[in-house]
Amino acid sequence: MSPLALPLLIPLFAGALSLAAWRWRTLQRLIAVAGTAGLLVAALWLLAEVWQDGIRVLQVGSWPAPFGISLVADLLGAIMVVVTGIIGLAVALYSLATTGPGHVAFGYFSLMHLLLGGVTGAFLTGDIFNLYVWFEVMLVASFALLTLGSEKAQMEGAIKYVTLNLLSSVIFLVAVGLLYGLVGSLNMAHAAQRLAVLDTGLVDVLALMFMVAFGIKAAAFPLFFWLPASYHTPPVAVSALFAGLLTKVGVYALFRIFTLLFPHSPGYTHEILLWGAGLTMLTGVFGAMVQFEFRRILSFHIVSQIGYMLLGLALFTPLAVLGGIFYVVHHIIVKANLFLISGIVHRLRGSYRLEHLGGLYRDCPWLAMLFLVPALSLAGMPPLSGFFAKFIVIRAGLEAGAFGVTAIALLVGLMTLYSMIKIWAEVFWKAPPEEAPAMSAPRRQELWLMALPAVGLALCTLFIGLQAGPLYVLAEASAVELLAPERYIEAVLGMEARP
Amino acid sequence: MEAVLAVIIGILFAAAIYMLLRRSIVKLVIGLMLLSNAANLLVFVTAGLERAAPPLVPRGLSAPATPVADPLPQALVLTAIVISFGVLSFAVVLVRRAWELVRTDDLDHMQDTDR
Repeated sequence: MSPLALPLLIPLFAGALSLAAWRWRTLQRLIAVAGTAGLLVAALWLLAEVWQDGIRVLQVGSWPAPFGISLVADLLGAIMVVVTGIIGLAVALYSLATTGPGHVAFGYFSLMHLLLGGVTGAFLTGDIFNLYVWFEVMLVASFALLTLGSEKAQMEGAIKYVTLNLLSSVIFLVAVGLLYGLVGSLNMAHAAQRLAVLDTGLVDVLALMFMVAFGIKAAAFPLFFWLPASYHTPPVAVSALFAGLLTKVGVYALFRIFTLLFPHSPGYTHEILLWGAGLTMLTGVFGAMVQFEFRRILSFHIVSQIGYMLLGLALFTPLAVLGGIFYVVHHIIVKANLFLISGIVHRLRGSYRLEHLGGLYRDCPWLAMLFLVPALSLAGMPPLSGFFAKFIVIRAGLEAGAFGVTAIALLVGLMTLYSMIKIWAEVFWKAPPEEAPAMSAPRRQELWLMALPAVGLALCTLFIGLQAGPLYVLAEASAVELLAPERYIEAVLGMEARP
Repeated sequence: MEAVLAVIIGILFAAAIYMLLRRSIVKLVIGLMLLSNAANLLVFVTAGLERAAPPLVPRGLSAPATPVADPLPQALVLTAIVISFGVLSFAVVLVRRAWELVRTDDLDHMQDTDR
């Protein structure tokens, strides 16, 4: 039996079970942990199979390839699903402590499963219209999660989030329609085969439409402004889930589209991506410098880090794509972890604003150490995961001769360090402010549940840093696979496929 | 026929973007509705409009006897309509909730999260 459909079925099934267990909160919590743990196990199984046997394909309903919907797991997809499982499990554990009965009553856990199902669906589908459907599944779940609790700030953030994401979906849909009109196929492998022999300017127009649509989802410059307006408003577990996964689905889609469907004129499309990447890095980090709210600083850093991943794609050499994939994995783990830690700080001190925080190094030295691991990793300090991620991307930039954008990448790394030091100094180092709001001390069990996923993710970061070899080999094989799309096409359409 | 529809789609897109750029959140939602309708119509037209038989296979044959119309765009549009209906109904509820909490329908007064 192939595990290909499992990472998709488990979250959807768990979501349905959660809905059925509407009245029994304890049961919903159990399902949340069991479902996400099951997702992680299935994802690891899938990755092992893909690593051994190459690209796995499942023709849903046994309809042959270009006619039915294909589920495809290549290395990139499998890696992303594994990371989704890790983040899902961490956030589910964290939610046990932070999600109040009010949020559970509005279906928090079923929405979380639905979101995870949408994300894995987007990673595993081989059909472009199906990709649109999974994006919508993910978006609807994220809309509801974002507005959970309906506070004033959430509503204001949600209006921007919803509008911009709907706009991007419409552009995506239009691009899919035009693609179908042009090549008469929605199967990505089949469409890639036909696009390769087409020679019209329309192909570039389509490529740019997809770039704009996924650029909005990935929060790339100049389309990022919905992200810092909304990511700091929902409950913190939701923030962590969004920060880890949602924009990265956009990045994944860009990687997929621009290696499989539109790799033909990199001088044009990838040049635009390169500029976008450089400006994304800069604007994100500058935005973060002037912020003094914990989660808003982190939100702006999501934007700036997206730039590094896009840089990997835009340079379009094997080493650069490798670096991009490595960066995505590193970033998802680190960024979700930072949001989880900001939630612990909020639980202890009752605020996200830096001026209301302080003195945590004396009260909770373990938390300060826990913060330092992902924070320094984000800034790219050796020997943590971020160092290797940045190192590979920057080295690829130097080898490709893109010195300007490499200089930007180095500078942005330095300014990221500044931002992290700012948080460290304000939250942990300085003396606590006089008029600190009195908070009820959290129960020991609650604190344990919040710290456990953060510690686990920090250990992942440390492991990737100290043992970068396995992930490097994995990302390298994945980059080779992405840059030779014939293998993907052959796996989906079968050996006898000819244009 | 395609030319007429192309003009109509263009007008719909233009109207949608004009509405999206207004400051009132109700007009914003109207803009989103027009936008999704324009996209649906465009997907419908892309495969080409033709007077052809429905894609049905007569009894006893394995392929249709005459050329048939492409049924896929209709299927896509149907899916897209359902999705946009769901999402837009969420948007309408969201706008109502936002008005209840913020007590304004002017987007310029919704900048608290940007500061």
